[in-house]
Amino acid sequence: MHPALSIIVFTTASGLGYGLAAALGLGLLNPALVSTKLAHFVALALIGGGLLSSTLHLGNPQRAWRALSQWRSSWLSREGVMAIVTFVPLCISAYAAIFHSRYLLLPGLLGVAGAGVTVYCTSMIYASLKSVQAWHTPLTPLCYLLFAGAGGSLLGLLFAAAGGGDTPILALLSIAFLGAAWTAKLAWRRNMENMDPLSTPESATGLGNLGRVRLFERPHINDNYLTSEMGFRVARKHADKLAKISLIAGGIVPAVLVLGVLASGASGLGVALAALAVLSHAVGMLTERWLFFAEARHAVMNYYGG
Amino acid sequence: MTCLPSNPTPKKLGLVIDLDVCVGCHACVVSCKEWNTGGYGAALSDQDPYGADVSGTFLNRIHSFEVLPEGGEVAAERGEARLIHFPKSCLHCEDAPCVTVCPTGASYKRADDGIVLVDEDMCIGCGLCAWACPYGAREMDLAAGVMKKCTLCIDRIYNETIEEVDRVPSCVRTCPTNARHFGDLADPNSAVSIMVAERGGMDLMPEQGTKPVNKYLPPRPRLPLAAAAAGREDTSGATGFFAWLDGMLDRI
Ligand code: SF4
Ligand code: SF4
Repeated sequence: MHPALSIIVFTTASGLGYGLAAALGLGLLNPALVSTKLAHFVALALIGGGLLSSTLHLGNPQRAWRALSQWRSSWLSREGVMAIVTFVPLCISAYAAIFHSRYLLLPGLLGVAGAGVTVYCTSMIYASLKSVQAWHTPLTPLCYLLFAGAGGSLLGLLFAAAGGGDTPILALLSIAFLGAAWTAKLAWRRNMENMDPLSTPESATGLGNLGRVRLFERPHINDNYLTSEMGFRVARKHADKLAKISLIAGGIVPAVLVLGVLASGASGLGVALAALAVLSHAVGMLTERWLFFAEARHAVMNYYGG
Repeated sequence: MTCLPSNPTPKKLGLVIDLDVCVGCHACVVSCKEWNTGGYGAALSDQDPYGADVSGTFLNRIHSFEVLPEGGEVAAERGEARLIHFPKSCLHCEDAPCVTVCPTGASYKRADDGIVLVDEDMCIGCGLCAWACPYGAREMDLAAGVMKKCTLCIDRIYNETIEEVDRVPSCVRTCPTNARHFGDLADPNSAVSIMVAERGGMDLMPEQGTKPVNKYLPPRPRLPLAAAAAGREDTSGATGFFAWLDGMLDRI
């Protein structure tokens, strides 16, 4: 699948944003600190920015509001509805923290639930597509949720450290989420590598009982919408390298840096280490999301010899 | 509404495509583009139409496949591989995944005849339905930013202002070899249903669970090369002058 920048940025930013919102909603950051007020703002900005970015790839963005109507059947519609619904508790929480230095339990917990459900909906847009076999597994939502948790705890840790608040819980959460997320992701990748293709050129043409089917001629010489949207190929050797880079930058480096934060506490060094951990994780996540699209093979390529 | 109507729909209008007959001439591709660029909804645009990197929106495309039987001989044009031309357009699936994923309600399946359509005024051009279709039957029009797909020529088949013989999809009307047939596949007595029953009409990618309405008739069996050659070698049935010639030539 074509790795569209707008979608990669959207899923990465909104994952980080909802993760941070969940950390805030659980009351893990002291609402009296200026850094926590800033964290509320950053969470909303990441979520809002991500959503805006996701509208960039639309052919007719001026009608985007219509996407809220089909929540009965469409995960994309559910995601849109949940994103908007979740803004309510998140904004109330942000208001209470920013203007009254208070943590409100009910909006907080509602925000956590909303964030989780929204990330789940995003992941189900992909996981529900049978035509893209690598995505069509419960491991897809699991990865998205755990990665959001990891990114959120890391961001929370950064803001807690910057404000001089408590860091140990967020540090331990970060390490736990990073471990769980990458375990799930490695299982996801193994699943993709080991699966037998659900559809083949033989089943796509129905000609399998006559023999082996090979594309002889494409419909047209040049690329078309389908081949440029769904025919993206990344060389195996590059994909393997990128997967390692994403694991190191997105998982191992941040985990080691978090151990450093644990050791140094909310000192200047601690803040710097936490900031580096967030940065490294974000780079790793962008790589991971790029691969999520680039490596996934669409069933239509059975008709295009890919 | 992007929920599917209750299945099966009372009528299941669709195409039956005969892979034994199609010669891969692309006439239906051209006639489809010609009719539909001026018909239902936005025009089917081309990008860089006179340049080197030309591409465009098509609702019907012809692929050609080579099929090599198990243990078959590959010997240039005399080999055992068969070349099969393969027209492909929307199959108007009963369980159309392209419809249920649509967030706006633009994609829908008609409850009475099962035709799958896009209401272009509602489509935001998110492209998710094209991802959901395993067959590659939906293409985003890059000029209009809306999703295009085969409408089964809905503006012909019910059109009482054109002659009755023309009230079939443009591709069906055009095909010079009669490889494409249109009809109601819910009616067991329709010509298309009888064809499907007699020739073993098949679904594409049944494992995707889409339950396509359109059916494909498989190519008829062909003699293997060796058997065909053996038939030509056997002269025992010759009589009269040919029997004499056969004997004479054998003796020389
Ligand atoms: S062929 Fe594709 S576009 Fe047509 S109904 Fe089936 S899934 Fe939808
Ligand atoms: S591209 Fe249009 S028809 Fe397709 S899912 Fe998006 S809104 Fe629906």
